[in-house]
Amino acid sequence: MATHTLDFERPLLEIERQIEELKKMGGAGGDGASRSSDLAPLEKQLAELRAEIYRKLTPMQRVQVARHPKRPYPLDYIRLVFTDFVELHGDRLFGDDPAIVGGWARLDGQTVMIIGTQKGRDTKENLRRNFGMAHPEGYRKALRLMQLAEKFHSPVLTLIDIAGAHPGLGAEERGQAGAIARNLIEMAALRTPLIATVTGEGGSGGALAIGMADRVLMLENSVYSVISPEGCAAILWKDATQKERAAEALKLTAQDQLTLGVIDEIIPEPTGGAHADAEAAAEILAEALKRHLRELMKLRTAKLLKRREEKYLSIGAFTEK
Amino acid sequence: MARMAWFKKERKPRTSERVKLEIPADAWEKCDECGHIDIKERFVRALNVCPNCGHHRRISAQEYIDFLVDEGSWHELDAGLKSVDPLKFESYPERLKLAVKKAGPLEAIRTGYARLHGMPVDLGVMDFNFMGGSMGSVVGEKIARLARRSIDKRIPLIIVSASGGARMQEGVLSLMQMAKTSGVLAEQAFWGIPFVSILTNPTTGGVSASYAMQGDVILAEPGAVIGFAGPRVIKQTIGQDLPAGFQTAEFLLEHGMVDAVVPRSELRDTTAQLLRHMAGRRPAEAAD
Ligand SMILES: [Zn+2]
Repeated sequence: MATHTLDFERPLLEIERQIEELKKMGGAGGDGASRSSDLAPLEKQLAELRAEIYRKLTPMQRVQVARHPKRPYPLDYIRLVFTDFVELHGDRLFGDDPAIVGGWARLDGQTVMIIGTQKGRDTKENLRRNFGMAHPEGYRKALRLMQLAEKFHSPVLTLIDIAGAHPGLGAEERGQAGAIARNLIEMAALRTPLIATVTGEGGSGGALAIGMADRVLMLENSVYSVISPEGCAAILWKDATQKERAAEALKLTAQDQLTLGVIDEIIPEPTGGAHADAEAAAEILAEALKRHLRELMKLRTAKLLKRREEKYLSIGAFTEK
Repeated sequence: MARMAWFKKERKPRTSERVKLEIPADAWEKCDECGHIDIKERFVRALNVCPNCGHHRRISAQEYIDFLVDEGSWHELDAGLKSVDPLKFESYPERLKLAVKKAGPLEAIRTGYARLHGMPVDLGVMDFNFMGGSMGSVVGEKIARLARRSIDKRIPLIIVSASGGARMQEGVLSLMQMAKTSGVLAEQAFWGIPFVSILTNPTTGGVSASYAMQGDVILAEPGAVIGFAGPRVIKQTIGQDLPAGFQTAEFLLEHGMVDAVVPRSELRDTTAQLLRHMAGRRPAEAAD
């Protein structure tokens, strides 16, 4: 646990240690009644401090939470939120990209197509999944699954947690730009409801490639950005250590996106972030997905598509003289 | 001294240097690619393509408009659209002012309608001189409106891209312009209205990953750098030099990502020819 504690979470460690110690003492034959009366205020203090810390996260701290190695990933949510998941592989053109997973599943008594970007939990899995950074074949697999869903009148739900599209030789050779462009124009016209949820990192074009939707949701501590804070700092100030400044400037938090009109809803996380309680996080997410799904399923396809186009047409800020 | 004079006299000056004496210095230009020096006039007449090596220099949106469409047919649209600073991003207003000074007030894309070989067209041309052709809200809005016009009037659409990608200073709003333009272009595709996308140096990032790669036909200028990730980022990631010619128009052609690499001098006629095909019209002669 300690190995994954973020720097700003450190004040919590001391209280956690005290609680552990008290529990140990109790277990060693102490007075049960006085133990719980000692424990209660400490636990209250811990909860309050955690809430306090998470209430005041800076944008860069938010990025750290979004990147937390213990944060639930799309496959965790797929396990916790959905039933009957059958994973489907491959783009039928080149290969299977383990950085994007997808398949049929059930939610709220209904078959849906669920697609997510997937980071690895450990080094071995990260190598296999390329740290969750997708290649063109990943985006093409996602599109294939979306069109499969369209064919069988199932809604498409996507879960996004990706640092960004993979910058590499193979990705460029196989047409990364074209693959993302194709997904966007196809998603714009997909004749079935689309709900996208940013669960961790919403990394630029790689995120948007499965993120154009009728409803776009963000978990409370997830981030969405056109470029990573490190990348932005390197370009603007030739100094990647200025990432706090960049994170501030980029307005990448869920609250920022809601204010800018980019997303439809923020999904609250349990206190201390989704990684503090994955089951609770999944439960809140499930509720939100079901609610949006029910609303969208009521719309006729023509209306759905018209609203989708209008939704995106309204995004942007400019003046006209 | 006499000896020096003799040497000087004997040395046969190269033609260019002799002419140099008669033509003012600023009338000369050098090709950045091959070092070829020539009269500026010859570069200009070749649409800023090096007469020696064929290197395509970067030109302004105005220059593309000038040679792409029929003379006197250009009508600018949405010239009043201006960027704001929605994120209060540090020094963005100053950068915008600089860009206006450098490239003019019409933002990173100019849009309008015109005629090409007599055919009505809607044309958008990006301007790399305006903040690296970066796509912010204004670029997205101008393209969306142009595509809308193209749908409403059933007029083919041409977009000339030149961009380093999304405009960082507008954050996710700029990213969303990819989705916004894709939305209208999807509708345009549905109505069967032709869209020719022309990629120039460079076309990368969010622009390449949206409208630039969504053309019914995609043409690229020779040597143009085209890709999603910028060459520098890739180099940094893989920790080695990139193969020669990586991410050039020719590389994309070889990998099946663009329809054709077309020299600047042929862009106008090739585009017109394509539009006639897609509109089911007869060849040039018949179309006056
Ligand atoms: Zn040259």
